[in-house]
Amino acid sequence: MTHQFPALSPEKKKELADIAQKIVATGKGILAADESTGTMGKRLEKISVENTEENRRFYRDILFSSDSSIANSIGGVIFFHETLYQKSDSGKLFPQLIKEKGIVVGIKVDKGTAALGGTDGETTTQGLDGLSERCAQYKKDGCDFAKWRCVLKISDSCPSALAIAENANVLARYASICQQNGLVPIVEPEILPDGDHDLQRCQYATEKVLAAVYKALSDHHVYLEGTLLKPNMVTAGHSCTKKYTPEDVALATVTTLGRTVPAAVPGICFLSGGQSEEEASLNLNAINLVPLHRPWKLTFSYGRALQASALAAWQGKAANKAAAQQAFSNRAKINGLASKGEYKPAATADKASMQSLHTAKYVY
Amino acid sequence: MTHQFPPLSEAQKRELHETALRIVSPGKGILAADESVGSMAKRLAQVGVENTEENRRQYRQILFSADDRINGCIGGVIFFHETLYQHSDKGVPFVKMIRERGILIGVKVDKGVVPLAGTSGETTTQGLDGLSERCAQYKKDGAVFAKWRCVLKISDSNPSKLAIAENANVLARYSSICQQHGIVPIIEPEVLPDGDHDLKRCQYVTEKVLAAVYKAMSDHHVYLEGSLLKPNMVTPGHSCSTKYSPEEVAMATVTAIRRTVPPAVPGIAFLSGGQSEEEASVHLNAINNCPLPKPWVLTFSFGRALQASALRAWRGHKENEKTATEQFIKRAEVNSLACQGKYAGGENHGEAAQRVYGSCHAY
Repeated sequence: MTHQFPALSPEKKKELADIAQKIVATGKGILAADESTGTMGKRLEKISVENTEENRRFYRDILFSSDSSIANSIGGVIFFHETLYQKSDSGKLFPQLIKEKGIVVGIKVDKGTAALGGTDGETTTQGLDGLSERCAQYKKDGCDFAKWRCVLKISDSCPSALAIAENANVLARYASICQQNGLVPIVEPEILPDGDHDLQRCQYATEKVLAAVYKALSDHHVYLEGTLLKPNMVTAGHSCTKKYTPEDVALATVTTLGRTVPAAVPGICFLSGGQSEEEASLNLNAINLVPLHRPWKLTFSYGRALQASALAAWQGKAANKAAAQQAFSNRAKINGLASKGEYKPAATADKASMQSLHTAKYVY
Repeated sequence: MTHQFPPLSEAQKRELHETALRIVSPGKGILAADESVGSMAKRLAQVGVENTEENRRQYRQILFSADDRINGCIGGVIFFHETLYQHSDKGVPFVKMIRERGILIGVKVDKGVVPLAGTSGETTTQGLDGLSERCAQYKKDGAVFAKWRCVLKISDSNPSKLAIAENANVLARYSSICQQHGIVPIIEPEVLPDGDHDLKRCQYVTEKVLAAVYKAMSDHHVYLEGSLLKPNMVTPGHSCSTKYSPEEVAMATVTAIRRTVPPAVPGIAFLSGGQSEEEASVHLNAINNCPLPKPWVLTFSFGRALQASALRAWRGHKENEKTATEQFIKRAEVNSLACQGKYAGGENHGEAAQRVYGSCHAY
């Protein structure tokens, strides 16, 4: 703790800070399109589409070949490994297609959760082995940021001290390795919304988890200005009987972040969890209106909450491509406004956008 | 970690938060007049005055007799225990004089440093025994905030992991106890300027220390919105041969706190350490002009840097009292401007300061 052995040169720090700023530029957020093969299977099953590599490619192509105006709302796209090396119908590699729109390319690098023995069903996340070499390769292949998801849950005995410490540590190791290879690490300590706990309980757990995460990042000498955070919003558990407004959620969320996330972190990009598209947009909007100090960008990194309507519009039929792109582009625009606190919802929202996207014990 | 057992009610939280905000109201900072008997000995010796209780009373009276010009400059005064129960020549309790100015009363509650065995001269701070009862009494006697100073130093082997962890922990225990009694804890993890280390080294150490402090605060369930921080500015060691501009000090300081102090902390009131009065004001001013987002109030909690001239003007002579008080008021007004980034003194001010910032990059 006594001496500094600088992990990064000033040039490397600047590169990371610039990338992070670009991703969370005002009015922009992240499209999380990094669903694993298994997870894509669940998505496609819902619209009766077979989970083939071609169908996955075709679907991502719909999103990525949307009009360049999506770059006004999307600062970064998170890829799954397979997708990074697939091509658009036009023959262009997807990363290239995205970069040409001025959007930053990111890659999911974790290898899923692994059980923590002696706990009540808690997990850590694996993927550190050979991570440095993989990051170097991803950087060559066009990526400038990465994502790693840890999962915690709330119950009578959870999250345990071990789960909190272990996940914080593995996130810090991942972040450190990414930065060595010029990739901005998105740090994702997701606390699942499963359970009947109330808003206060989620707030308490989130504060403890985030405090541990940032202590671990400090211990591992991670350069905060070159990172992003992808946390859960603070919400009640899915089976909680008490109802809360977007303002309740927003106040609890910003209070929590104010107590734990240093101002040096350029942006906080919320995950949507099981929220519907509209819910996720309304909550994000309310978050950007909370009258507390908000020294970081507060934006989105949405998967389901950006794609549900697009998937529903597509139904696996090529003829619906334009409609699907319109739905995606629409929701991107709405979230772009929400990230500035400027979203004023129309009187009625369509069915797909209002549908809860919660799946119990969600695993990517 | 799984369940919350709320240490404070909503009403208690509100009281603490409002108190903290009042202490660091715009344009205001803290007068640290809490020098222990031993520390006062050193101050008085410098001006040839004997260290008696009466002399200490006379000296504090000079500060507390300042007129209403300090109302807009001083949000709180930190008292030493003895001083809390002293009166003016006219028999008016010091706490009453201060309170009548709308200034809040604080009290130093630690009992000094003690060695950490097995380290290279490092210390922790004692004072937790019976602290709860003492806080309850201080609250009755008019105090609404408290201060506790921990000390760390930089050397080849320091600060050690133990020193960082132990001092962070004791600061968190102190804070938790204070809040139970409606007293806002000022958290002071001072990293001494002694040594020949450069600015970067101080920044690195300060970041590690503050990260540990706020993790301990979280572990001990301390309500951050009802606390204040009193850290060192990030400066080179006293014997460092490299010279740094106020803007460099400011950039290093603000970068360090942006990486470690949660935005929920309402105010950061810097200690002056061994800086001269002018140096401390110029640095505070530069800090407030640093072009990075700063989600807390950044103000002063100065002892020597508010009192040096007053002490020198007094020299123990009653006929110098008014002049001495004027010297103090002058420094209070300067620092009131500095904590708003409006102090035009020093070499680099106004436009010149802006230009110098341009060449500063984040560390």
